Amino acid sequence: MATSTTAPGARPDRRDPRVGRPAPARARRPRRPRRSFLPYLLLVPAVVLELGIHVIPMLVGVWMSLLELTQFHIRDWSTAPFIGLDNYRATLNFHTAAGRELLHSFWITLLYTLLSVGLAWLLGIAGAVVLQRPFRGRAILRALFLTPYALPVYTAVITWSFLLQRDTGLVNHVLVDQLGLLNDKPFWLIGDNSFWSLLVVSVWRNWPFAFLCLMAGLQNVPDELHEAAAIDGAGFWRRLRSVTLPMLRPVNLVLLLVLFLWTFNDFNTPYVLFGGSAPEQADLISIHIYRSSFKTWDFGSGSAMSVALLFFLLVVSAGYLLITNRRRDHA
Amino acid sequence: MSTRRHLGILTVAVLAAASLTACGGSGDDAGGSGKTLTYWASNQGASIEADKTILQPELDKFEKQTGIKVNLEVVPWSDLLNKLLAAATSGQGPDVVNIGNTWSASLQATGALVEFDDATLQAVGGKDRFVPAALAAAGAPGKPPAAVPLYSLAYALYYNKKAFADAGITAPPTTWEQLAEYGKKLSTGDRWGLAIEGANPNENAHHAFAFGQQYGGEWFDSSGKPTFDTPQNVSAVKRYVDFMATDKISNPSNAEYAQNQSVSDFANGKAAMLLWQAAGSNLKTQNMPADAYGVAPVPFLATPPAGGKKVNSMVAGINMAIFKHTKNKDASLNFVKFMTSDEEQTVLNKTYGSLPAVKTVGTDPAFSAPEQKVLQETLSTTAAPLPQVPDESTFETLVGTAIKELFADAASGRPVTEESVKKKLSDAQQKMR
Repeated sequence: MATSTTAPGARPDRRDPRVGRPAPARARRPRRPRRSFLPYLLLVPAVVLELGIHVIPMLVGVWMSLLELTQFHIRDWSTAPFIGLDNYRATLNFHTAAGRELLHSFWITLLYTLLSVGLAWLLGIAGAVVLQRPFRGRAILRALFLTPYALPVYTAVITWSFLLQRDTGLVNHVLVDQLGLLNDKPFWLIGDNSFWSLLVVSVWRNWPFAFLCLMAGLQNVPDELHEAAAIDGAGFWRRLRSVTLPMLRPVNLVLLLVLFLWTFNDFNTPYVLFGGSAPEQADLISIHIYRSSFKTWDFGSGSAMSVALLFFLLVVSAGYLLITNRRRDHA
Repeated sequence: MSTRRHLGILTVAVLAAASLTACGGSGDDAGGSGKTLTYWASNQGASIEADKTILQPELDKFEKQTGIKVNLEVVPWSDLLNKLLAAATSGQGPDVVNIGNTWSASLQATGALVEFDDATLQAVGGKDRFVPAALAAAGAPGKPPAAVPLYSLAYALYYNKKAFADAGITAPPTTWEQLAEYGKKLSTGDRWGLAIEGANPNENAHHAFAFGQQYGGEWFDSSGKPTFDTPQNVSAVKRYVDFMATDKISNPSNAEYAQNQSVSDFANGKAAMLLWQAAGSNLKTQNMPADAYGVAPVPFLATPPAGGKKVNSMVAGINMAIFKHTKNKDASLNFVKFMTSDEEQTVLNKTYGSLPAVKTVGTDPAFSAPEQKVLQETLSTTAAPLPQVPDESTFETLVGTAIKELFADAASGRPVTEESVKKKLSDAQQKMR
């Protein structure tokens, strides 16, 4: 999706060959296509779906954030009083408990996302590089690595929540009873450890996707480049840095953005792992918003938080794309 | 760069982030063609499957009598309120539902439930059929009830007879001080004194209410405004959490419990005491024989502070409500009438170990078993209804979650002090609008 804006097709526009060129260049200009309605017609289904699935619900969300949409009004939204920006004032006021918790949740989520994406990417690139050369058992390892991605998220995360129970979980059984590494059984799902548990589960779930994308990307790196670099005396790390990674740049651009957005918005993992109300230390923003709207039946302020978050992600995504594009322009 | 590319980037960014606000309530398809009803039952038995086995024969009986088919769905407690809310919002969903009676006023405020005014009540047998205290917990005072009571429940103290005998304790505790003292004697090796469902907000909130009453606290003032962080409520919550934090008679692992593990712990002898509503049927399915445990009223404070009330349980129970969006209101009323009939009240309450919500069948010998006697006595003398205000369900969620976090603190060795309790309760109160 993100690549479409940076598609190679856009290049001739920018480096306009016409400027300062002699007249014959004009002859190479492509013929102006005939006006036809067919392309537009073909776009209609996509546009309709796009409107119905993304744009309209989003606008409804924005509208909801301007209403006092509590249990008294959810049955008939037209009765909900229009309160303008009051929801934003209430939820984004960081002097109140609700605002402080939202801010806390925001920082937690940011940290969680950066760590999770970073680790998932590192594991992904390591796995992809290791499995690049054919060897016996490569196919089996590939399949094995992709298993977390193939499992249904609920099943996988529920299993994790069983593993991480304090008294009956396998993790403590191994760490405390079998290996004797710890004297006392720690909690994994409440308190400070809950953040790390969540991170581990998230990385476990996400890295196969990074692995898959990077593995595909590596197929496009010509062997000749590696060979040439090797002849020039480049070692493994040097080749990784100067050949593999630059060639993977287009893949990484998209991969990191998508992983970032997915992880930032991840709802299923914390919801299933912590059962609807996450501990403070792992109170991700998606769960926080869910609690603020569903559990307290205040959909207006929940929507206000969502819209604020939408705006944040919009800025981040746009900034990211701008920066990466500009770099590419100057490259 | 061209404006078009800016626009392109913006579009991509919007689309990528769009999924955030695009979450909506899920609405199940409405059942309502001809004479078919959809019924969401709450999870009363040991499991969803057990409930289906118990309820299906009764629904078949109803179909035989009236020709109305009832499609049953048993909804776990963790999902029930959300699903009801989604049904209320979308105007789609079941015809008849079970609701926790404490949610009555909250759901009533949505206007999605059929009002049981006198005429409607007449259609299900008349107002006088129902136990007054149970009917009072079916909606805000002064308004027609939003539901009718189906099963009545109260909290009781369950204790392991053998564990008590082994520890040389002859009678169940009647005060919290005794409970803490006995609990210490009973906590040995693999066994703990008291099992607590610490990660279940609703359980926590129910106890917060009863403790609050004993300390003379109220969670809402007379105008329906929250008063969560009064000194009385702080003491009440601290008393409850202290069973784990300072008395150390509860396994720290209980801070993780939200799937009735505390009942299992009690049934398996890992805990000697349990505060629960009609645990008997659940204990039976977990192979704990009825003579292995005793049932006693929930304790009180030895010296109640000024204003303290003699309340040791909420008026607990399950109500039955009809959604206004039903296309089969008459059939729905018919079904409610059937479920609250003498015969069904006897059969179902007997199976679930709860008490009938109608006056006419209380004399059945099944309801004078030791457990039911305690529940009956509690309900008629020392139980009080949770505040029937629209914000009640929010109270349960916010205060219950605050207590869950306090248990997490206690479990991980962080101190639970007056200040930390007060802060949690103040924060919860600030989130009320």
